Amino acid sequence: MRVLMFGWEFPPHISGGLGTASYGLTKGMSSLEDLEVIFVVPKAWGDEDQTRVRLIGANKVPVAFKQVHYKGFKRSLEKIEISSKIVPYTDPEQFWKRLSSESTGYKLIVQTNNEGTVDFSGRYDISLMDEIYKYSVVASVIAQENDFDIIHAHDWLAYPAGIAAMEVSGKPLVIHVHATDFDRSGGNVNPDVYRIEKLGMDAASKIITVSNLTRDIVINKYQIDPDKVETVYNAVEPVKISQDSFVNKGFDDKVVTFLGRITLQKGPEYFIEAANKVLKVMPNVRFVMAGSGDMMERMMRRAAALNITDRFHFTGFLKGKDVFTMLNLSDVYIMPSVSEPFGISPLEAMQSNVPVIISKQSGVSEILTHAVKTDFWDIDAMADAIYAILNYPALSKMFIKNGKEEVVRLKWDNSARHVRDIYYRVIWQNKN
Amino acid sequence: MSLTGKKAICFYFQVHQPFRLKRYRFFDLGHDHYYYDDFSNESIMRKVAENCYLPANEVILDLINKNKGKFKVTFSLTGLVINQFRLYAPEVLESFRRLADTGMVEFLAETESHSLASIKKRSEFERQIIAQKAMIKEFLGVEVTSFRNTELIYSDEIGSWVADMGFKSILTEGAKHVLGWKSPNFLYCNSINPRLKVLLRNFVLSDDIAFRFSNRNWGEWPLTADKYAAWINKLSSKSELINVFLDYETFGEHNHKDTGIFDFLNHLPGAILKKTPFRFMTPTEVTDYLQPVSAISIPSPISWADEERDITAWNGNELQAAALDKLYNFTDKVSRCEDVQIRKDWDYLQASDHFYYMATKFFSDGAVHAYFNPYDTPYDAFMNYMNVLSDFEIRLNRFIPDNNEQTEISKLNNLIKEKESVIDQLSAEIDNLKNNSRRKKSSATDILLSGKKSPRKTKTTRKSKS
Repeated sequence: MRVLMFGWEFPPHISGGLGTASYGLTKGMSSLEDLEVIFVVPKAWGDEDQTRVRLIGANKVPVAFKQVHYKGFKRSLEKIEISSKIVPYTDPEQFWKRLSSESTGYKLIVQTNNEGTVDFSGRYDISLMDEIYKYSVVASVIAQENDFDIIHAHDWLAYPAGIAAMEVSGKPLVIHVHATDFDRSGGNVNPDVYRIEKLGMDAASKIITVSNLTRDIVINKYQIDPDKVETVYNAVEPVKISQDSFVNKGFDDKVVTFLGRITLQKGPEYFIEAANKVLKVMPNVRFVMAGSGDMMERMMRRAAALNITDRFHFTGFLKGKDVFTMLNLSDVYIMPSVSEPFGISPLEAMQSNVPVIISKQSGVSEILTHAVKTDFWDIDAMADAIYAILNYPALSKMFIKNGKEEVVRLKWDNSARHVRDIYYRVIWQNKN
Repeated sequence: MSLTGKKAICFYFQVHQPFRLKRYRFFDLGHDHYYYDDFSNESIMRKVAENCYLPANEVILDLINKNKGKFKVTFSLTGLVINQFRLYAPEVLESFRRLADTGMVEFLAETESHSLASIKKRSEFERQIIAQKAMIKEFLGVEVTSFRNTELIYSDEIGSWVADMGFKSILTEGAKHVLGWKSPNFLYCNSINPRLKVLLRNFVLSDDIAFRFSNRNWGEWPLTADKYAAWINKLSSKSELINVFLDYETFGEHNHKDTGIFDFLNHLPGAILKKTPFRFMTPTEVTDYLQPVSAISIPSPISWADEERDITAWNGNELQAAALDKLYNFTDKVSRCEDVQIRKDWDYLQASDHFYYMATKFFSDGAVHAYFNPYDTPYDAFMNYMNVLSDFEIRLNRFIPDNNEQTEISKLNNLIKEKESVIDQLSAEIDNLKNNSRRKKSSATDILLSGKKSPRKTKTTRKSKS
């Protein structure tokens, strides 16, 4: 079976959970004998040295084809890149920021740079919608020129591409909801994004959600028939923890870490308030907020106002090895997300032998047993859990031991198999 | 060897409720010394009293009166449940008292707080048994002569301790892995001290009532008193003693009234007396009536809990081990502490239930453990308990300092208090002297002096500091 997949990003350019998830899933699929995946990504930054460019179709849209062999993949994967300015996690406002910083000569990979506030107007929206349109046009070209049995689109910017490919080929469309605009915006939903999401969901034969939390949102907020929506949980890539990522802590203090975008969705303010409670009674602990985002300045001011800055640290955005170094330094990992469709990062923390505290408003809490689960707003419970893990060694040991066993069982192969089952069912349905 | 034809059946019910802890956060440490969730303790006690204790006691009292000396039962009441009756359901204690007054009911000795002291600290184990004995005497007016340990936990060693305290018999589980080919339906004795008789629970017949009675998927459903008596009768040719040991909550709580459990109970004695050669007896009577067939060797502790019949439900993971160690490390200090509240908390915190909530082996099938479990996860249970225990430790150290530093601190605190009282005395004296000398001077100079009230001022500032 050949799958035409529209995604966001592919290694080495991974900026967040969504790229990790679609990569992991594709990798899991590559281990299945009867699946072949053509992965299409909008190319937003230069990979030119690695790619052979050729033109497709009459519309003169440059499309890159390449045969790449990714490490850990059983077969080489056909990856198609399109010249487009679409980037992962983009909403129209951030898209403007990207464009503006490009014109000032910045090469911006992470979208959450917020120097200066932006008065958003529809003009930029039109330009983003243009890009999406361009992507969908290219998608239809690709759909004409390739042979496949099913189409799989990841998140809203790829939905129009998926729909276009579906219309051209008549093949069924499966869409994969990693997040909805309700998660990203904290309730302040962009009507254009919503419209595209709704279009994609209506057009799809099947909708895959990353958790039941997201499934409920899709059913209730987008009025989708529950039978059409199925949850496939994410998994985590097993990591080999290399010796050099073990670092000597230069101090004896315990470390509690928040690692993620500092945005409303991730609940950073609850972390600060919980930290403040712990610091009132425990001197030998430090809190780290690793990441960047539009709420970072506010968080710094809050930490200063609480007078805890000597114990509360900001690191800015961390990448690659730094992430694991940070995890290795940590004694507790906390993810107080207000709304988290899944949340792979706690799984990575558990792999690195770090006990985790997660909010009940995260998809990952549906599958984890060996983690502390609190409501995102319940700073008392969060502070209490931090204190307990730091002070009662037996608890920390249990979390580490059982957590590791638990996380090892969460394999992408299983998710991939589940997705394959869905493909077969959809194709069978389509024939009848 | 026993005389042929003598056959006894023993019905025993465990009555216990723990004092559940309230949500206790670490920032309550050192401030809040009250640990209990009064609301849930009271509401659970009221609910169980209405559903089980009161109606079941009534049925049993009725049966005792009807059968005129032929129906006997046995209870064990923990000190904690007696205290809960006194607080929330005094009429239940009253109805147990009426049962005791019939003379047809034996009450067993056990640990006061349904504790795990027997696997951690012999001295504490013995202290609790003595305390419990006094409570049963005080509130039910009877002497205890037989013993049952928390959740029927038993080993040869525990048995020998109990024998040393003068008890005649002990109840435990007829666990398959210790019995092997042996039958639980005989009287045994302790392998270290054969004077202590051991009664083994027939878990098949017990669980038929406790777990299977209201299960409609069970092949034998519905279970009637006649059917049950027939099963017992079948055992009569090769049995001398049938021990049916149950949680008392089996009647009306685990099996709701609508399942017919009370009708079953009501008809059971009649059916057994009519259809079988077995006679109702209490554990102490059994030890006088039957001869033990052999010693039974149980080197490591068993219990009646779960499939494993061991103690891993309370001491099976690192969390439980850490909590138990921390708790029983306080034993010596508490024994030196006279404070009433400390002693009470010490008892309440020992309840085995707190450790049961921390069991992780039931993540897959938490059904039984979820019953009245106030926590979402074992981790939650551990965190809350350890916070409470940390506060308990802070209080205990105030009474009984345990290292040089703490002794030094409490000494210095006392010194400061002494000095402060001396300062207060002296400054009061100075005030007096100043006033006196002022009065001696003329009223004209009084005006000049009114600007200098420095001694009084310094006194107030000092006071506010202290």
